[in-house]
Order: sequence, then C-alpha cells, then structure tokens
Amino acid sequence: MSTDGEGARRPDGASTAQAGEMTGRAPGSTTYLPAGSEAGEAAIADVARSETALRRFLFGLPGVDQVGAESRAAALATRSIKADAKLWAIDTAISMVDLTTLEGADTPGKVTSLCGKARRPDPTDPTVPAAAAVCVYPDLVATAKRALDGTSVAVASVATAFPSGRAGLAVKLADVREAVAAGADEVDMVIDRGAFLAGRYGLVLDEVRAVKNVCGRAHLKVILETGELATYDNVRRASWIAMLGGADFVKTSTGKVSPAATLPVALVMLEAVRDFAASGGPRVGVKVAGGIRSTKDAIRYLVLVNETVGDDWLDPALFRFGASSLLNDLLMQRSKQRSGAYAGADDFSLE
Amino acid sequence: MPSTRFTYAPAPESRSVVSLRPAYGLFVDGEFVEPRDGSMFTTASPSSEEVLAEVAAAGPGDVDRAVAAAARAQRDTWGPMPGKERAKYLFRIARLMQERSRELAVLESMDNGKPIREARDVDVPLAAAHFFYYAGWADKLAYAGLGPSPRPIGVAGQVVPWNFPLLMAAWKLAPALAAGNTCVLKPAETTPLTALLLAEIVQQAELPPGVVNVVTGAGDTGAALVAHPAVDKVAFTGSTEVGKAIQRSLAGTGKRLTLELGGKAANIVFDDAPLSQAVEGIVNGIFFNQGHVCCAGSRLLVQESIADAVVDALKLRLETLRLGDPLDKNTDIGAINSPGQLAKIEELASSGEAEGATRWSPSCPVPERGYWFRPTIFTGVAPAFRIAREEIFGPVLSVLTFRTPDEAVVKANNTTYGLSAGVWTEKGSRILWMAQHLRAGVVWANTFNRFDPTSPFGGYRESGFGREGGRHGLEAYLDV
Amino acid sequence: MSDAPKVPATPGELAAVAVPPPSTSGERARLAVQKTYKLFLGGAFPRSESGRSYAVRAANGAHLANAALASRKDVRDAVVAAGKARGPWSAATAYNRGQVLYRVAEMLEDRRDQFAELVASGEGVTHAAALTTVAVAVDRWVWYAGWADKIAQVAGSSNPVAGPYFNFSLPEPTGVVGILAPQESSLLGLVSVLAPVLTAGNTAVVVASELRPLPAVALAEVLATSDLPGGVANILTGRTVELAPVLARHRDVDALDLAGAPVDIEVELEQASADNVKRVLRRDATQGAWDAEPTPRRMLAFVETKTVWHPIGI
Repeated sequence: MSTDGEGARRPDGASTAQAGEMTGRAPGSTTYLPAGSEAGEAAIADVARSETALRRFLFGLPGVDQVGAESRAAALATRSIKADAKLWAIDTAISMVDLTTLEGADTPGKVTSLCGKARRPDPTDPTVPAAAAVCVYPDLVATAKRALDGTSVAVASVATAFPSGRAGLAVKLADVREAVAAGADEVDMVIDRGAFLAGRYGLVLDEVRAVKNVCGRAHLKVILETGELATYDNVRRASWIAMLGGADFVKTSTGKVSPAATLPVALVMLEAVRDFAASGGPRVGVKVAGGIRSTKDAIRYLVLVNETVGDDWLDPALFRFGASSLLNDLLMQRSKQRSGAYAGADDFSLE
Repeated sequence: MPSTRFTYAPAPESRSVVSLRPAYGLFVDGEFVEPRDGSMFTTASPSSEEVLAEVAAAGPGDVDRAVAAAARAQRDTWGPMPGKERAKYLFRIARLMQERSRELAVLESMDNGKPIREARDVDVPLAAAHFFYYAGWADKLAYAGLGPSPRPIGVAGQVVPWNFPLLMAAWKLAPALAAGNTCVLKPAETTPLTALLLAEIVQQAELPPGVVNVVTGAGDTGAALVAHPAVDKVAFTGSTEVGKAIQRSLAGTGKRLTLELGGKAANIVFDDAPLSQAVEGIVNGIFFNQGHVCCAGSRLLVQESIADAVVDALKLRLETLRLGDPLDKNTDIGAINSPGQLAKIEELASSGEAEGATRWSPSCPVPERGYWFRPTIFTGVAPAFRIAREEIFGPVLSVLTFRTPDEAVVKANNTTYGLSAGVWTEKGSRILWMAQHLRAGVVWANTFNRFDPTSPFGGYRESGFGREGGRHGLEAYLDV
Repeated sequence: MSDAPKVPATPGELAAVAVPPPSTSGERARLAVQKTYKLFLGGAFPRSESGRSYAVRAANGAHLANAALASRKDVRDAVVAAGKARGPWSAATAYNRGQVLYRVAEMLEDRRDQFAELVASGEGVTHAAALTTVAVAVDRWVWYAGWADKIAQVAGSSNPVAGPYFNFSLPEPTGVVGILAPQESSLLGLVSVLAPVLTAGNTAVVVASELRPLPAVALAEVLATSDLPGGVANILTGRTVELAPVLARHRDVDALDLAGAPVDIEVELEQASADNVKRVLRRDATQGAWDAEPTPRRMLAFVETKTVWHPIGI
C-alpha cells in the first residue's frame, strides 16, 4: 500500500494494513529479490537495470504447475462458509466492491445512478456497508466525484487506452493525467500485453513506472489482462513486473476479455503479493474483475485470500472485486441470511 | 493458526442420511446372519469415542460357511455366467454406490475418522469408479493381454485395512468379480461398517447369493480365512509384518497371493520445482488421510539449496490446516483411527526427538475427546533415525536433504520398501530419469496421491507384490 | 443376400398407401396423438430444411409414419454440429464418456418395449424375436460403453526404443465420422456401427436405414436424454443414395463407415473419400445378421495413433 496518506480518498473500514509491515510470517521466508537488500529503489533498480537483468530475474522465479494450481484453487472452493461467518463474508465483500460501469453508452445519468447505489446499496437498510469505489471512464470522473461528494466511496478511473492499451505512451499518460486532474482517487491502468508477449519486459515495467509517476496521490491498480497472458507463469511474471513498477494493486482483467478472473489466476497473484511482501516489499493489493456474479464466487475468493496471504488482506485497502451485478446478489444473500427467505430480484434497485 | 477474523463457522454434514443399526451380522450366502461360533464386538467413532454399533466377529465355523457359499456360487453360478451378464451386475453395483454416495461417505467418516470432504470427494467416487472400470472388463478378458482365454481362479479370500475401508474393498472385489471369481471379504476390525453397507448394496443389485460374502472380525478371522483350504487366492492389504506372516503360511499350499504392504516413500523436491505446487504436494503427500496411507510421502527429500525456503513455506502452509470434527466439511485433518495407532505414532515421534531431530507442529487446537495427532514435521533428520526408516503411518514428515539427482535416488532407494515416490521438477527429462531409477511401484511427478481405476498400483520389494487397478489388476485373479 | 434395399422411385410413390383404420374396442376409441419423426441434429430435433418428408412403411406394407427426408444442406449442418462437438467430446475423460454411454444403455433398456415394437413392425419379425434383438442391442451398447476407458490400454503402449528416450503411443479419436447405417438391421446394426465410433471419442453423422428409420429416430430420443452433448451424434433420415455422396465428398468429414452403402455406389463413395484421405471402413460382405460378438475392429478403425518421444536424463 503506498505511503502517501493525507488528502487521498480512502474507502471506509478500518485498515490494519500498514506499508512494509508483515505479520504472522515465519523467519527466513522465501525471498526473491537479491539477498541483503531491502525492496525499495535499490533492489528494483538492480533487478530492472536492463532488459536482460529483468528477464533473468523473472525467469528465475519458480514455475507454476497448471494442474497443481488449479487443483489447489478447487480444493479451497470446497470450503463451506455458514451463518455468522457467511454474514461477515457478505458484508466484507460488499465493502470491497468497485461498482463498475465501462460502456460506450455511459452517460452522466447512468453514472450518477450508480454512485447512488454505491453509497447506499440498500436504502431500506442502513447497516449495509457502502461499496469501496465506483469505477468509470476518465471523462465521467467529474460526474462521479460530484455524486459521491462527502461520502467514503472512492472514484476509480480506468486509463491508458483502456481496455486494449494500444496507443503511444504519450496518449496513455495524457489519459491518466486527465483522470487525476478530474479528481480520481484511484487509477486502473492496463499493461501493454503486446510488449509482454513479445518479451519486452523492460518496456512493460517502464510504462508502469511512468504511469505511477503521474498518478500523484491516486493509488495505482495495474491490470494484467490475465486472459490474454494465457499461462500462469506469465501471470506470475507480469504480477512481479507490476509490483516492481510501483503498483498499489495488481488486477486480473478489464472485464472485456474472456476468460477474466478465475480462482487459480487469483491464487497465483495472491502468492505473488505474498512473496513480494516477504521479500521486504510493500503490501500490494489484489483486485479480481470480470465474471464474478454470485455471492458464492465472492466468498470463494475471500477464502482464497484468507488461506493464501492471510486475513490482513481481507480489507478493501488490499482486496477488491470489480463487478456490477455481484452487488445485488450479495444483497439478496444478505437478506436471506438474516430473514431466512429468498429475496426476489426486484427487491433491490438494479442500479 | 486459522484466521481470527474469518472463522468459517462449523459446517457439519448431517448424520441423518445414515441409519445405523444397533447390531450387524455377517453377510453370508446373500443374507445377514448371526455368527454361529463367533461373538459380537463394538466399533466406535475415533473422533468422539462414541460406540456406533455392535458387529459380529466371525468364528472358524462362520468363515467355513462363507467360503463354502463362495465356492458353490463360483462353481454353479458365477463361474459359468457369461461375462456380459457379470458386467451388468458390476455396473449395477457401481450405480448404486453412486446413488448412495452420501450415505457411504458419512458412514466412512464416522467409522474411520477421516474428514467428510475426503470421504465424499475421494474415497467414495473412486470406489464406485473402480466398479465401473472393472465391470467393463468382465466381457473383454480375451483382450487384456493375458492370453486368449483367461479363466477365473475360484474363491478369493480378501483382507482389507482400516485406512480406506470402502475403497480397499472395491479394489479387491471389483477385479475379482469381473474375472469370474467369488469373494469372501474380511474388513478391518476398527472399520467394518461401510463394507456392511456395501453388502446391502450387493443385495440391492440382486447379486446371486454367495458371490460376495463379508465376514467381519479381527486378526483371527482373517487368519482363518487365509488358511482355509477352499480359498484359492489370497489378497491382503495391511501391515508388512502380517503380510510376511501370510506369505510364510501360504508356502506350499498352491494358493495364489498378492500383497500390498507398507511404505516409506520419498517425496523428492528439486531446486527448479514449481514451488507452491510442491508445497501442496508435500502437504497432500503426508497429511492426506492423516498420513494413514501406505504410499504416503513420509520422507521429504529436498535439494539442499532450497531446503530452508521449502521448510519455511511448508510451515506457513501448515498453519492453515484445520484439525477437528471429521464430519465438518471444512476439516482437513481428522482423527487417528484407534488408540493403538495413536500410541505407535507417539512412540515414533518421541524417538525422533530422542535421536536429535527438531520437531515442529502448527498451533491448531485439538478436541478433548477422541484420538488426535497434530501434523508434525521433523527437520535435522539423519537417514539412520528411526523416523527416517520405519513406517509411522501418521501425520509425521521427516525432512532430509540431498545435493544431486544421483544422491536423491540413492537415498530414496535406501529402504526395504518400494511402494511409491514423488518427484518435483520442471525438467521433463529429469522426471523420466528419476522415474527410471526409483525403485517404486508408483512414481508421481509434480503431483502426489493420485489414484485412478485405470492406473496400476502396487509395490516393489517389502511393499508387496501384485498390482491393483488397470489392465494389470486382472492378472492376479485369472488363470492364464 | 445383399444388405442394400431397392431404391424407390420417388417419395410420392411411397405416400400412396392405405392408412389403417383407427382401433375400435367396442365403444368409441380414443384417437392417439401421432408422433412426428424429425432429424436429430446438434442435440435438437429439427425438420429437414427442405421441408420434405417420406412415408415409412412396415414390412407388411402398412403406413407407419412420415419421416423427415434430409437434404444435402442437412448433411452440411450435421457435419458442422459434429465438428463443433468434437473438441469437448474428445477432451472429456474416458471415464466420463463411459458414464454417458452407459447412461444411454440405461435409457435404451427403459424403452425396451417401444424399440421392440419398432423393430417388429419395421423388420417384419415377431414381437418375441424383436425383444431378443433389443436385448442384444442393449448388451452390445454396454459392451462398447465399457471400452471407453480401456482402448488406450489395449491399443496404446510404451515402446522400448533403443536409446535414452521415453516413447509412448496413444490412440486418439479420428474426428467426425460419417456412418451409413445398415439398411436391414435397423436397431442392432445401427447400435453396432454407432457405439464404437462414440466410445473411441469421435463424433458422428449417421444416415439411418432408408426404409426402416424409426428405431434410429427413437435412438436419437434416447441419446438426447442421456447427457450426450449436442452434436456428438447426429441422425439423419432419408434417401441413402442422396445423402451418402454428400458425406463422402465433404472435406470436414474425417472418416466414413460404408456398412449400409448401396452396393452400386460403394466404389464411387470410396473414390470420393480419397479427396481428403478419409479413413474408409468398407462394407463387410460377409456381415450376417449382426448377432455375432464384435471385436475391437470398429473402434480401432476410427482412431489415430500418436507417438511421443522424450529424452531421459538429468
């Protein structure tokens, strides 16, 4: 989590996550960065001093066995969460939602509606927590800021020629600057997948750093677009590039490409942030986006976080869901847990 | 230790799907009958110590009746029956097991102490799948590669252990029946109940009387069965000690024999292993089924250059293991099957400390009643320590190191056992080289404890002989 | 006796038959709801895109039903469906394929009487004989279902090459198989040609017996209720001489089973198949009444063997 504190909007909910702090870790944990150095400018500079050095570092990371990773994720998905634990999980998930609208047809009206939903997901029940953030295109940030003025809900903006990322660096940085100038608290950038798949890892890293530089006080989420990266080894490497570049969050997907977030992909990313922190790096958050529609799915992700990286990450400061229809399913399940009866889809506003 | 914020809450599987009878008889010649010269004993739940039911211990006369029924059924009914009809009986049994899978899983968990998640997701589906697979062989024996017209042997006397009661029963019965033999099955003393439920299923499938018989009891029942002159083939899975005794007793009798005994498998992790998955493989290798697994990866052989990193990662991972009520769907580690087994594990673990190894367990709480042993790892283990040589049959891992592939092979093979081994590396040629050099009947590469009805399983040397599963599994039950 | 039927002149001729009177049992009889016999394509039951049908007659000449008269476009659509279904079906575990095929047998058994009636009326045999045929057909299907997870063990191998290499051979499904079902044996023959193709992991486009298509349509209904994914098996009814050449020439069909091929176009079909080197299983002139115990031949005819090498070293 970045150390810049004052002024920037942060989501509600006490955050126990502190920069650089680690809890519950056995001594001598797996370190991937050069021994004896703290993660910081020196270590990053060392690893990233050349394309070759970066490539050597990335390819020195342990591989990921696909079958093993998928079976671990599947085993964790059999956890059965009941009663109070389920209610806690639902409320936690709600507080982690980045309520999202990223359509060509978005209008100020649509965004304003969405903001209303984010700040008060269920107007009939004030005990329902607010969402963490609203996520929109840069030209609608100002609208969102007005609608969310005085609330705890942050405004996140996609940027860098989202979703494809296919534009020159100058254009991408201009995109970010506009979002930041309009007041965005969070920036969700996309990495250059073309550069990654062509093996130009240094370029990918440089772009992350350049974007981070113009983010100002906004926190930076780096979207890997895991569906296009295709292998878990690539997801691991891309996660490390993002973190070395200064990401506050690593994010699975734009939601515009299938497959988007999956449990095994999230597992690999959570292991990467765990290992980064164990190497002395700051705590980096994880955001899963795309295809998460049901409470059951959301709870499975929370279990994954819990048993991979620990419950310190069970906080909107370090874990988010990029979703839209998920929120209503969470509300319906919340209502059922409390009343015992299944709610109807029309019991909640659609937006 | 598990999270303090996200606590999961108890998620118990209901026991109501099982209707336990107060007492169970023997299953002989198609019916449940009282023992004539046997007695009754009780079976209890190892997690709560609650008595579950009374079960019959078959005396020599009971064993004799069962074997006679099996012999008659083989001669008159099952032997002459066309393979495709036998096949359909076995398909029926497989289907019924699938239909009653929940009942079987809950009962297995209650009687054995293993977590319901494992009984539900591993034991029962594999057991049904075993019947499915062998059903399909019953009318294809000419294609099994064992000769143009293989014939059944006759009556099979089969003794199974307490660690996978239903699954081991399926491993024994399915190939034997497919090949045209009839069976007398002797389940383990502490875990008779799922075998008896399987007998009910056999009745429901309308299997002709005498084709499958179940004689519950203890060691003496097993001994009587194995010694019976009308038993033509003996199949035994259990301790190496008893296996050797059986082999001695069968010498000169003309009876065919297969044995599946103990192991002290090496799980070998190279420096280029996919690390997270290797840690999962280590955990699965020794803590699955509380380590009550003959092929458990009970020795971790880790390349010295990454030993610390692996052990650290392992310890972190062990902190998330959940130990407790086997019927809770979130339980990872269940109860130790009996006070006797618990005592053995404790004795060996103490020897580890006494010999100078460093002992470590996660801090998981342990219930008051029942038989429990925390997952335990020993580092600083020398190959000569008892915990590196003797089978513990519990959730105890001994960690040793190696420097080169050759050294790994030498250390892995330096045992009288030879059941299984694990190899973790991203390098394909090394996997194949290791597989070629390891003296083990099953080699798992980048995985562990995977089983399938099509995949032959069995050991080298004192881990036993004969294979179960696959086309190879038919050989033990055919005259070719 | 040749298995090939006399080819009727036009569908119109077939239609000119007397319709049997409704049953009378004393009082006013209940009018039955007649069944429409359609194609089975992509898991659904469409009519022929040509809108045509033809009358199906019993062995004694009585009108039984109108069956869809498939066109070459239906063949084209069926091949597309079979092509789409190929990937998932061959990627399913052998265990899963075996389970699905065993379920088909369960459904077949459940409709024993219905099938016996169709076989009896279509082939002109007694009900008792038809029941026996159905029983053999069900057992035949079970036999093949049990092969799904064994083909690899019997037809595959690891090969002891003279060098430090691990070498193994695996049978893999060929792909989309066009099947001309036997003309006379409308159920047992059909089962004998379709089951082996499916159990080996292939998908199929079946041209049913021209004059006795009703058991094939009933089998399609069984397949549709057995968890068989749509498109894995497609069953077309119609004129064999019209449909067979379309399959034989189609470049997305990987193999062709000529069991029910009309004798006078057999050679032409095999020649056409050469265009994309289809694997052709010729009609066996010695094939009798399909009662005989099968061998693995019909599965092995539709698998490809892949051999893989990998060095062994540290």
